[in-house]
Amino acid sequence: MSTILTLTDAGLTIGTATLLDHVSLSIGAGERIALIGPNGAGKSSLLRILSGELRPSRGNVSLFGRPLSGYAPAELAERRAVLSQQIAVAFPFRVAEIVAMGGRGAPVPDTTIKEALGRVGLSGFADRILTTLSGGEQQRAHIARVLVQMTFGVRRTPRGLIFLDEPTASLDLRHQLDLAKIVADCAEQGLSVVSILHDLNLVPLFADRVIALDHGRIAGDGPVEATITESMMRRIFNVAGAVGRTPPDRMPFVLPQSAD
Amino acid sequence: MTAPSTVGRRSRRRLRPSTIIVLSSLLLLLLVAVIVSAAIGAAGIPPTRLLALVGLTSLDPATFARDHLVLWSIRLPRIALAAMIGALLAVSGAMMQGLFRNPLADPAMVGVSSGAAFAAALTIVIVDRFATAGGPLSLGALSLGLLPVTALIGALITTAALYRLATRHGRTSIAVFLLGGLAIAALTNAGIGFLVFMADDRQLRDITFWMLGSLAGATWQKVAIVAPFLVLTAAGMPLIARGLDLLALGEAEAFHMGIAVERLKQIAILLVAIAVGAAVAFCGVVGFVGIVVPHLLRLAIGPSHRLLLPASMLLGAAMMLAADSVARTIAAPAELPIGIVTAIVGAPFFLALLLRQRNLVSA
Repeated sequence: MSTILTLTDAGLTIGTATLLDHVSLSIGAGERIALIGPNGAGKSSLLRILSGELRPSRGNVSLFGRPLSGYAPAELAERRAVLSQQIAVAFPFRVAEIVAMGGRGAPVPDTTIKEALGRVGLSGFADRILTTLSGGEQQRAHIARVLVQMTFGVRRTPRGLIFLDEPTASLDLRHQLDLAKIVADCAEQGLSVVSILHDLNLVPLFADRVIALDHGRIAGDGPVEATITESMMRRIFNVAGAVGRTPPDRMPFVLPQSAD
Repeated sequence: MTAPSTVGRRSRRRLRPSTIIVLSSLLLLLLVAVIVSAAIGAAGIPPTRLLALVGLTSLDPATFARDHLVLWSIRLPRIALAAMIGALLAVSGAMMQGLFRNPLADPAMVGVSSGAAFAAALTIVIVDRFATAGGPLSLGALSLGLLPVTALIGALITTAALYRLATRHGRTSIAVFLLGGLAIAALTNAGIGFLVFMADDRQLRDITFWMLGSLAGATWQKVAIVAPFLVLTAAGMPLIARGLDLLALGEAEAFHMGIAVERLKQIAILLVAIAVGAAVAFCGVVGFVGIVVPHLLRLAIGPSHRLLLPASMLLGAAMMLAADSVARTIAAPAELPIGIVTAIVGAPFFLALLLRQRNLVSA
C-alpha cells in the first residue's frame, strides 16, 4: 500500500493554547480512517492541517512526497476534497450548480451531475434551489459535489483523499448507511477517506482504522476492532460502558452507561 | 406521475435562460433606454427628428442645427456617462455582494462611496489651494483627471477596512458588516462635513454635488476619463467570476475547491474600488443601483457571477438612464439629483430584502 499523506511530529499552537502536540501519522491509498475523540481533542484542527487549510506550528506534512505547503490551491483541489460541517450558501444556487462546482472550473456534463446526485439519493433535485432543501438534503448535495471533485476528470493513481467532518450529523439512518457505502466504494477506487465521527457505532461502517485523539495527542491508532474497547472509552471519553461484538465479524458496538 | 428527470430538464430551461438570450435582451433594453433618453428632456427631440440626426430622414436646417447641438453637446455625453456609471455602480454592487457573501452589500450603503467622495472632496480643496496660491496647478483639467484616481484610493481604503472589520476566520458577519459600514459612512461623512466647513463658496458648490449625486455637467471629456475605468472593470470580471461563485460556500470551501482565496479577495476589492472610484468621481454618491440591479438579475438568471457580472453592467446602464431621464424631466426645467430618484425606488427594495434576511442579520 503506497503512502499518500504523512504527518511528522506536528504541533499546533494558537496564542497560548496547544491544540495539537507531537502528532505523527501516515495515510495509505484506499484506507478508510475514522478520527474520534472527545470535544476539543483537536480532531477538526488535525483535519484542517491534513487538508492544507491550516499550517502546523511545528512538524511537517507531505502529500505524495511533496510538502503540503508547496501545493497551489488548484493543485491541492485535484488531490483532496473536503466536506465541511454546516456550509451556509450565500446565494440561491441550484443543486446542479453546487454539484458542478466540484468540477474545478471545467464544465461538468449533466450525466456526471445526475450520476453523483443519484448516488446520494437526490435524483430529481438538480433544479431545486439548495437553500430550500432540508439540512440532510443539503448535506447530501455537498457530498455529491465532493464526489464530483474527486472523480470527475481525475486520472491520477493513487487518487487522493477525501476528508469528511462529521458527515452523518444531519443524515437519517438510511442515508448514513448510503454514505458508508459511498465511502467504501471510494476506498475501493483507491481514494483514502478520513472521517471525523462522533457516533462510535458508525465507526465500523466508515473505517478500517481508527485514530483516537485526546488533548491534542494521538491516544490510539489501529484497526477498528482493536481500538474501540471499554478501556479506551474510559480513558479517552471518561465514560463507563459496554463494548459488544456483532456476531458475523466481531465488530464493536458501544453502549454507554454512565459518565465517570 | 411524470418522471423526475423530465420535470428537471423542463424547469431548468425555464429557470436559467441561456447566456446569449440574456445578454442580447439586456443589450436591446439598453438600446431602448438610450433612444428614450435621447428623445426626452428640457428640449425634446421627437423620434422623427432623431432619425434625421442619424441621416435617415431630412429636416429643415435650423431645427437640425439646434437638435444636433442639443444631442451631441448635451444629451449624448450625458447618456454615455450615465450608462457607464450605471454599469459601474451595478457591477460594483454585484462584486461586493459576492465578496461579502451578502446580497445587502452596496458601496453607497456601507461607506465605500462616501469614502471615495471624501477623497474626491479633499482633492478639490487641496488642488484648489495650490491653484489659488499661484502654483502651477489649475483646477479644471488636472483635477478632472485626478478625481477618479483619488476617489479610487478612498474606495480602496474603505472597502479593505470594511473587509478586515467584518470578516473573522473566513466568515463574514452580516451584522458587523452593516454596522461597520454605518460607522465608516459616518466617519467619511464627518470628513466631508469638515471640508464643507473649510471650503469657500466655489469649492462648496463642487463638494455639495457629491452629497446627492448628479449627472448634470456631463462632458465628452468626463466620458473619456471614465471609459478606461469601465474597460478595466470589465476586463477584471472574468478573473473573479468563478471564484466568487465558490466563495458563496465560504472561504474554506472555496479554498478546498482550488481557489487562491486571498488573491481573489484582493482582486475583487481592487475592482470594486476602480468601479466605485470612477462612478463617484463624476456622479457623486448614488445609492441602491448596486443592490436593485443584481437582485433582480439573480431572480431572473440565477446567482452565478459569470453571467451576473456582465448582465449587471447592461441592466445597470439601462436603469441609470431611466433614473436620469426621470431626474431630468419630472421637475423640468429644474433637475432632481439622481440620488433622490434611485433612493425612492431602491430604499423600499432594500428594506424588503432586509426583512427577508432578518434572521440572518440577528445571527
